[in-house]
Amino acid sequence: MARVGATAPSEALICLRGVAKNYRRGSEDLHVLTDVNLDVDRGEFVALMGPSGSGKSTLLNLIGGLDVPSAGIIRVAGDPITSLSRSKLTTWRARHVGFVFQMYNLIPVLSAFRNVELPLLLLPLSKAERRERVATALRVVGLDDRMDHKPRELSGGQQQRVAIARAIVGDPTFLLCDEPTGDLDRHSADEILDMLHHLVGDFGKTVLMVTHDPRAAARAQVTFHLDKGELS
Amino acid sequence: MALPLVYSVESLRARWRSSLVAVAGIAGSVAVFVAMLALARGFEQALVSTGSPDNAMIRRAGATSEMDSVIDMEELRVIEDAPEVARDARGPLVSAEIVVIVALPLRALRAEGAEANVQVRGIGARALDVHQGVRVAQGRMLTPGTAEIVVGRYARESYAGLEPGATVRLGGTPFQVVGVLDGGGSAFDSEIWADAAVLGPAYQRPRGYYQSAAARLASRETLDLLRQRLTSDPRMRHQVDRETDYYAKASEAMRGLILSLGALVAAVMGIGAVCGALNTLYSAVAERARELATIRALGFGSGAVLIAIVAESLLLSAVGGLVGVAAALPLDGLTTSTLNFQTFSHVSFAFRVTPDLLGLGVAFALAMGLVGGLPPALRAVRVPVAVALRDL
Repeated sequence: MARVGATAPSEALICLRGVAKNYRRGSEDLHVLTDVNLDVDRGEFVALMGPSGSGKSTLLNLIGGLDVPSAGIIRVAGDPITSLSRSKLTTWRARHVGFVFQMYNLIPVLSAFRNVELPLLLLPLSKAERRERVATALRVVGLDDRMDHKPRELSGGQQQRVAIARAIVGDPTFLLCDEPTGDLDRHSADEILDMLHHLVGDFGKTVLMVTHDPRAAARAQVTFHLDKGELS
Repeated sequence: MALPLVYSVESLRARWRSSLVAVAGIAGSVAVFVAMLALARGFEQALVSTGSPDNAMIRRAGATSEMDSVIDMEELRVIEDAPEVARDARGPLVSAEIVVIVALPLRALRAEGAEANVQVRGIGARALDVHQGVRVAQGRMLTPGTAEIVVGRYARESYAGLEPGATVRLGGTPFQVVGVLDGGGSAFDSEIWADAAVLGPAYQRPRGYYQSAAARLASRETLDLLRQRLTSDPRMRHQVDRETDYYAKASEAMRGLILSLGALVAAVMGIGAVCGALNTLYSAVAERARELATIRALGFGSGAVLIAIVAESLLLSAVGGLVGVAAALPLDGLTTSTLNFQTFSHVSFAFRVTPDLLGLGVAFALAMGLVGGLPPALRAVRVPVAVALRDL
């Protein structure tokens, strides 16, 4: 079960030890994260809650390899990603991380099919294999009949489902969801949470979700709180 | 791994208005660029085609053109007797020539009384045998020893009063137009030809003095022998050039001027077009900060994003380049005229839009695209992904 505060070595899928992140703004040092220790096991659905500016998104960025910590080590499946160069981190992200953003972040000029296909272009797959995997991912999120639609032709909930299909199509090691229901009405938000639950329960996916919404957090197996850079 | 080209194409289509403005700017620059090159190429071709590689042009040593050269009768005899000069049953193929510049009213601006200089060439009896690219297109050739003239077809179009049958006063002597010459697009098309023996006295030139001699070579290879013979002859103080070389050199100054001015205009317009492309792509990059950051988050490297943005710029410029060269194409064959600095007379010539110039136009467009696309692309990939996503 996911836990915080452990300092001993761990076999967890995601393991953070002594992770800190500082920014410099003018002459002032901002300590966004302080000595974060976190373990998340394979197949868990973990929610991170906290007020704005508490460091939730920063923590997600560090785990997702979008940023590097000022101190500490992050291991994913035993590999220390904190020692990877920027270009190797880019390659690592393509293979191991599926991102779901609050504003969906779909490419507006591409169809749902091409949006979902994007991560697969980075993998050694034939066109036929890509087509099959995109169709499967869109079927999982219930949008296989909308694959030729552009994002503007889809509702918010449907766009987020396309984003989830894009996140899972490459069969990544884990999913990082940054406020995935933050821009959706309650009905659509529930659909997205059902989907994430389904991915964890039926497909064994590991999901880390940042949210402000207690109802969303309640759907996770474990919820951690982040306040002033400290995780509890 | 590069992003699919469809991404760049669709991104341009999504911003078609600003894309269209950038394309128009690039197309305009390319059209001007190609037009200037076609102008210079046309001028060069007109003068170069005036000469023949089978002819020698003989002038006084040190003379920069026919205008400041002189050949007397004795020197002409030496040239005519040279074995390197071709001859037939009627004798050596040599045309001793003089040139005078005459101001004639321009047909298009006759009402305003505007005049321009036309070159009148006094020719020898063998002129058409030496200048074999010239033929009589209308009427007949002038009769030697008479006050008759034949006019080049461009000269006839450009100047008033040169219709066959008309009379033109040259140096106070009335000359009758008896024919129209077709010089095949050469500078001869802009000239008036008269018999040198009649034209010279009309301008108080001493009899037996000419300015240049055009000689048909017995074979193309005998030029060096002729040059050696004439320059080593103590009676001669002359230079011998292949006619094509002489006219190529004569075109250099004007060609250089056209190219310099053309380059200046194209450069100014090019800078404007590059600014247009820069503006389009900078705003495209700013508008798409979210999607570019997302693409990088998904695992595409900075190189892929950079290539995608530069590809957009190159696509814009390629379309602009093609539109530009298409706009310049109708200029091909269009005639215009300019002053020949060597003779101070007007030379008419046609724009020559050749395939290599079209290629240069497209290359110019792509260069503008590269210059306009790289800075926005670099800006897009310089921002760390986490910062770009956080700033959204």
